[in-house]
Amino acid sequence: MKFAVIVFPGSNCDLDMYHAVKDELGEEAAYVWHDETSLEGFDAVLLPGGFSYGDYLRSGAIARFSPIMKAVEKAAAEGKPVLGVCNGFQVLLEAGLLPGAMRRNAKLTFICKQTELEIKNKSTMFTTGYADEETITIPVAHGDGNYYCDETTLKKLKDNNQIVFTYKDDINGSVANIAGITNENGNVLGMMPHPERAVDDLLGSADGLKLFQSIVKYWREQHAITS
Amino acid sequence: MMYEVKVYVTLKEGVLDPQGSAVKNSLHHLGYEGVEEVRIGKVMTLRIEAEKDTVDAQVKEMCDKLLANPVIEDYTYETEEVVSS
Amino acid sequence: MQLLHEPSPQMIKDEKIYQEMGVSDTEFQMIEDILGRLPNYTELGLFSVMWSEHCSYKNSKVLLKKFPVTGEKVLQGPGEGAGIIDIGDEQAVVFKIESHNHPSAIEPYEGAATGVGGIIRDVFSMGARPVALLNSLRFGELKNPRVKYIFEGVVSGIAGYGNCIGIPTVGGEVQFDPCYEGNPLVNAMCVGLIDHEDIQKGQAKGVGNPVLYVGASTGRDGIHGATFASEELSEESESKRPAVQVGDPFMEKLLVEACLEATKHPKLVGIQDMGAAGLTSSSAEMASKAGSGIEMNLDAVPQREKAMTPYEMMLSESQERMLLVVEKGSEQEFISLFEKWGLMAKVVGQVTDDHRLKLIHQGETVADVPVDALAEEAPVYHQPSIEPAYFQEFQSQAGYRPEVADYAGTLKDLLRQPTIASKEWVYEQYDYMVRTNTVVAPGSDAAVLRIRDTKKALAMTTDCNSRYIYLDPYEGGKLAVAEAARNLVCSGAEPLGVTDCLNYGSPEKPEIFWQLEKSTDGLSEACEALATPVIGGNVSLYNETGKGAIYPTPVIGMVGLIHELDHITKQSFRQTGDIIYLLGEAKPEFSGSELQKMTEGRIFGPSPVIDLETEKQRQQDVLKAIQSGNVQSAHDLSEGGFLVALAEKAFGTPFGAEVTLPDADVLSAFFSESPSRYILTVKKENKAAFEALIPEAQAIGTVTDAAEIRVKDKQGAALINERVQPLEDAWRGAISCYLKSKD
Repeated sequence: MKFAVIVFPGSNCDLDMYHAVKDELGEEAAYVWHDETSLEGFDAVLLPGGFSYGDYLRSGAIARFSPIMKAVEKAAAEGKPVLGVCNGFQVLLEAGLLPGAMRRNAKLTFICKQTELEIKNKSTMFTTGYADEETITIPVAHGDGNYYCDETTLKKLKDNNQIVFTYKDDINGSVANIAGITNENGNVLGMMPHPERAVDDLLGSADGLKLFQSIVKYWREQHAITS
Repeated sequence: MMYEVKVYVTLKEGVLDPQGSAVKNSLHHLGYEGVEEVRIGKVMTLRIEAEKDTVDAQVKEMCDKLLANPVIEDYTYETEEVVSS
Repeated sequence: MQLLHEPSPQMIKDEKIYQEMGVSDTEFQMIEDILGRLPNYTELGLFSVMWSEHCSYKNSKVLLKKFPVTGEKVLQGPGEGAGIIDIGDEQAVVFKIESHNHPSAIEPYEGAATGVGGIIRDVFSMGARPVALLNSLRFGELKNPRVKYIFEGVVSGIAGYGNCIGIPTVGGEVQFDPCYEGNPLVNAMCVGLIDHEDIQKGQAKGVGNPVLYVGASTGRDGIHGATFASEELSEESESKRPAVQVGDPFMEKLLVEACLEATKHPKLVGIQDMGAAGLTSSSAEMASKAGSGIEMNLDAVPQREKAMTPYEMMLSESQERMLLVVEKGSEQEFISLFEKWGLMAKVVGQVTDDHRLKLIHQGETVADVPVDALAEEAPVYHQPSIEPAYFQEFQSQAGYRPEVADYAGTLKDLLRQPTIASKEWVYEQYDYMVRTNTVVAPGSDAAVLRIRDTKKALAMTTDCNSRYIYLDPYEGGKLAVAEAARNLVCSGAEPLGVTDCLNYGSPEKPEIFWQLEKSTDGLSEACEALATPVIGGNVSLYNETGKGAIYPTPVIGMVGLIHELDHITKQSFRQTGDIIYLLGEAKPEFSGSELQKMTEGRIFGPSPVIDLETEKQRQQDVLKAIQSGNVQSAHDLSEGGFLVALAEKAFGTPFGAEVTLPDADVLSAFFSESPSRYILTVKKENKAAFEALIPEAQAIGTVTDAAEIRVKDKQGAALINERVQPLEDAWRGAISCYLKSKD
């Protein structure tokens, strides 16, 4: 399976994403520069964390107009797995591929630490590997991770089972402690915690690996059916 | 025509503004107990070369597309013609 | 013409305008002699910054010579952007520490942020990939609102820059003392990795080779920053605010990637950061080191503001700029390379053979001075030195011994002291994990990063207990180096070398110069004894306010090599039943200790004395024991002493400890900060093997399932019986508690 790691100017978790896929997951990965226009040949798309364009206007606001985003939208529409982590999540929100918006953390300071997440939906293509876990430990590192959506949207998210991860403790002020959501279709996941940083016990947690493995499993199943 | 446009972007009413709350608390600490609310926003100054009848539409489009995020932010703007000296 | 509002050379001399730039009468005369004429305003500006303490080390040079700077693994000692040490497999580690104290005192966020930006440039200008950031911070007491403001601003500035650029901030230290109230210290360290073949030097070789300006455009920010850093802070400093620069970490992120690509280009001749004294220092130093000259056309310099004068352009300290020299004919290749990263690169001059820095502006020569005079021939002063009265008094005050009735209460109070308390509030704001190599995160004795695709790891730390250096600069200097090395050893690393940041008051005061002299003696001796050469660093003098000088604070940045990932050792307890060992004896010495500070509100008396032979022996023993796989956890005893260290080992774990004190002198055993001591834990089955390796280690107890700290004396009487949780809460919550309190 081949993963595209999108690189915007200012992305800084691209390398971590690449290594997670290549070294720990053992699948193919390639960087795709923001000014490219096609994602032909890739089976899944990863939007890494960082500070795209310095996040100087709003996190993710400028990156969403990069040429590659048209191709990301196309991949999403085709039902390919699209995962946006941290800044990648913010880009997906700004691009309208996911509902809601990000505000500054409630305490206003950047926060970097291991966090406990509750898995709210284990049947997405990103979470089938977590059958045995109720909570997992995955680190966060963000300044703007305070998820916001209005009541109507929240109800919709809940009704459609689009809330995938919530923080066990309120760490940043997010509505309903939301840490990660999918689109209605379930193939676009945005999350603030960094699964790509949790793929090796040496660094504190390997709980994120199953997320990537779930994607691979889903793809293999699809692939087996269609071929 | 050259226009100077000031765009004001603020968080929508009802959206919690953590920066605003922090500043409000700080003002209270300094003794300004009367401050009931602080909302923090952004001001952007643009200089635009445009026709008189299109400048307004252009600015609105820029705000909707990029300068503000309609999910959480409102915007207003003022347009002023720059008289070249 | 452009110099209309600038004073004429004659006016500069007659009205002694040079004094405003920090140039003395004698120095002005030297400049006149060098040029054989009076300098114009621009030329005087060049001299004033290059001859400032910050750039020339004119007051400290005589002392820096004492440092051991060589070693078989040293590939690059002091003199370039950063020092380099071999770590085998054709790889090397590059590191340097630098101060940004004065800018941070004035504008904490940007001051600290640009400090981080500057040190990163020093490292990647060597061709190295920056892999980690550390810092060493000093503030006044957290009770003062201005101090809180500076503390919060500095921390978020470091976070803002480091997080955005995507280099993990993995370690550091924070100390609070009244002497830093008006003059905080912000020292930033960067560590990089490099393949031997990629090592670059900042040299302008090859007559006719173009000089390229790369990165952000030049504005009026930071003009005279280097001079500003070489003066005492005063009320007026506030009004010098324009001297503070604003950083753009996004631009620097692109600059890192582009410059690292450029350093792989075979036609790159030299590259240097435009740091302190900006365009002036980078051009003059690159030419001087290569024995060449540089001619620059200032009209080609990208400018952010209108009508900038040559003086302003040359002295600007706008951030995120680099100067490159490339082979003639290849300039377009480099310009395209930088354009790909969205960065501007422009040819602004060329290398000449006349050993002069010649500046052209609007068709006229506006400066023409010998490069060596700027870069190498600054006057060197050996300031007078006097042993201060306070030192003599302290030396006569031996035998201080506080009364402690309630051991548990004292432990809790110590854990709440901001200098000892958990720095979580600080480091949780730093992205310490990005690039996914951080094996030991902030909060342990040293940070550890694995080196990808090898079995090796790097350990790094910053350290300096300035209280001891104040009490006794010579002993304190030795203690600082020893503690840094001990921290690395505890993590399983072999210490490799040192970068130092010497923060002191005004060297023109004989008592301060004495501190410099004595402490550098101590530092040199310890570096020599522990085989950790000094490969670079920075000097920050004039750290004084109206209320006096800071404690002498030579911050030690140290990097060590862990040969096998398996050797990585943390400070926390690992397993119930493990045996707790104490290595080293506590002497009844409390002067300068956290306990004295807490009890008396000040420090006095003679500092503890360290025996470097013992220190070295124990470091070797502990490292050997770790490398042989017999050590579960290791922690050195420092601020607060044994009890604090024991409690820290339990924090963040479900475990506790049951200990029987071997010493009769309980007070010393609990709270003395005698050096060269460790707490180690060892699996039961490894008892014999461990004791064979370190016979002098005393088994004092075991790690328990119950999360309690229980300590008995030799007779079996209970001295401490405390649950870990309340202790941990006190320790963890102290800093945010201080910040929240209104007064």
